Amino acid sequence: MNLAEADRPAAKGAKTLVAVRHVSKQFANGTIAVRDVNLDLARGEFVSLLGPSGCGKSTLLRMIAGLGDPSVGTIDWATMNHDAWGRPARELGFVFQDPTLMPWATALDNVILPLKLSGTNKGEAEARGAEMLALVGLKGFETSYPRELSGGMKMRVSIARALVTHPKILLMDEPFAALDEITRHKLNDDLLRLWEANQFTAVFVTHSVFESVYLSQRIVVMAARPGRVMADLRVEAPYPRDDLFRTSADYAHWCRIASEKLKEAISA
Amino acid sequence: MTDATLSPAAVPHDGTDAEARPIFREDRKVLGISTEAWPGILAPLGIGILALAAWEFIVWWREIPHFILPGPLLIAKTLVTDWATLSASLWVTLRITAAALIAAVSLGVGLAVLFTQSKWLEKSLFPYAVILQVTPVVSIAPLIIIWVGDINLSLLICAWIVAFFPILSNTILGLNSADHNLRNLFELYGASRWQTLRYLRLPAALPYFLGGLKISGGLALIGAVVAEFVAGSGGSASGLAYRILEAGYQLKIPRMFAALIMISMSGIAIFLTISWISHLLLRRWHESALKREN
Ligand SMILES: Nc1ncnc2c1ncn2[C@@H]1O[C@H](COP(=O)(O)OP(=O)(O)O)[C@@H](O)[C@H]1O
Ligand SMILES: [Mg+2]
Repeated sequence: MNLAEADRPAAKGAKTLVAVRHVSKQFANGTIAVRDVNLDLARGEFVSLLGPSGCGKSTLLRMIAGLGDPSVGTIDWATMNHDAWGRPARELGFVFQDPTLMPWATALDNVILPLKLSGTNKGEAEARGAEMLALVGLKGFETSYPRELSGGMKMRVSIARALVTHPKILLMDEPFAALDEITRHKLNDDLLRLWEANQFTAVFVTHSVFESVYLSQRIVVMAARPGRVMADLRVEAPYPRDDLFRTSADYAHWCRIASEKLKEAISA
Repeated sequence: MTDATLSPAAVPHDGTDAEARPIFREDRKVLGISTEAWPGILAPLGIGILALAAWEFIVWWREIPHFILPGPLLIAKTLVTDWATLSASLWVTLRITAAALIAAVSLGVGLAVLFTQSKWLEKSLFPYAVILQVTPVVSIAPLIIIWVGDINLSLLICAWIVAFFPILSNTILGLNSADHNLRNLFELYGASRWQTLRYLRLPAALPYFLGGLKISGGLALIGAVVAEFVAGSGGSASGLAYRILEAGYQLKIPRMFAALIMISMSGIAIFLTISWISHLLLRRWHESALKREN
């Protein structure tokens, strides 16, 4: 039971999917959101970006997604297929802090949006969408509108939409922060289940130590003003993780270590 | 959750969010109208009947002559006896109103879409739409009638000018009000401009557009009537406004009231129709159309 603090962020042996190199981002108003971030995301790993509010987690995640370019530095993808327009297809799913559903569309229509936009035929899209909804535990809610769903259910729809294209990487920006604790635990469990089954790379932004330890193999601790990476921890606890893990001494131990790192980051 | 199989059954029903039921509910109905809507219909109806009775009584009691104030019964009788003339005129006015509204919708939405595709276009053209809006239609109606020549087309243009702006400005607002994160999402999935318009901006604009349409429906009728007053004083019109002018000259005051009532009723009918369409389109998803229990 030891915490290996990796000098080289990527796990040994695992292939790098995304390489963030010397990335800085300065907004037009002068705010330096992140400064000189280096980060390798390995194929199939579960990484959390942990840090206080305002440390540039969202900015970094959005840049990885291709929403907003870095001011300095590069973000390289190991493989890059190109779409019909010759643009690099990033093969990613994105989950925002809010469910970000189209209120005028049913749960199913929301889930199949990415397929519709890429021109998949309707029949196939709907079949895949329904399958995905069932996978996130919303079988029978295909024709429900977002207004008719609870916060947790909306988030499930949002996750189903992000996964319906079978992306290589799933980026999540504090997806469960607005949910109550019971619902959050449940969604954490379901997320892990989906990750173990589908083998995508997961990048999970959170400001909760407990959530990051429960979910991840690796925690990247960030500090604010300017946003930067302070520590890169490995949580050496086996999967599957469940309620037993949540109450174990092991879990408490990792939480304590991550907390300390976060405290160092905040006071740095 | 030790095995990672992905059947839906793997999500236990444990009293958390998966147990929640839709908060949407169907209303109980009487005669096709929900029970909660009935008081809103019956109350104003009762007030109306009381007021009409008081009116009839005062006219009878003070022996007010017909050419000053006819009672409601006489007006109703006139509506029946003059129905042939009045309904023909009503038809003329309604046709112009409907055509103006259709023109306002197509041009308003069309221009709004163009404007949101090009800021430059919006900046250069929108001020002129404002000028069109703030110019009183009575003041330009005579000019339009002279320039255009054809009376029906002139009236149509006048009614259109009045009805156009609320649809344009509301639709622009709606098209620009699509959720920022949703726009990012469309960008992430490489949506084309057309796809973003079709699947994101137009649906987001729908409630705003319908709000504009509710205002424009009434305005189109007002525009048609006002323009016809202008044209009617020149003796070349056949709609309801012209009937009012004509009845005024001939001191047929009951007929004037009858025509007036037809205009009001048409306005109410237009408003109710648009409200109903709006309700049908928004009832499943928009805040304004959803009823929630607290
Ligand atoms: N679009 C923007 N324009 C200007 N400043 C921004 C913008 N987005 C974020 N910021 C600033 O960048 C910093 C990092 O923000 P963010 O990435 O949202 O942090 P986090 O997600 O960790 O809370 C904050 O100081 C924030 O105010
Ligand atoms: Mg954030």
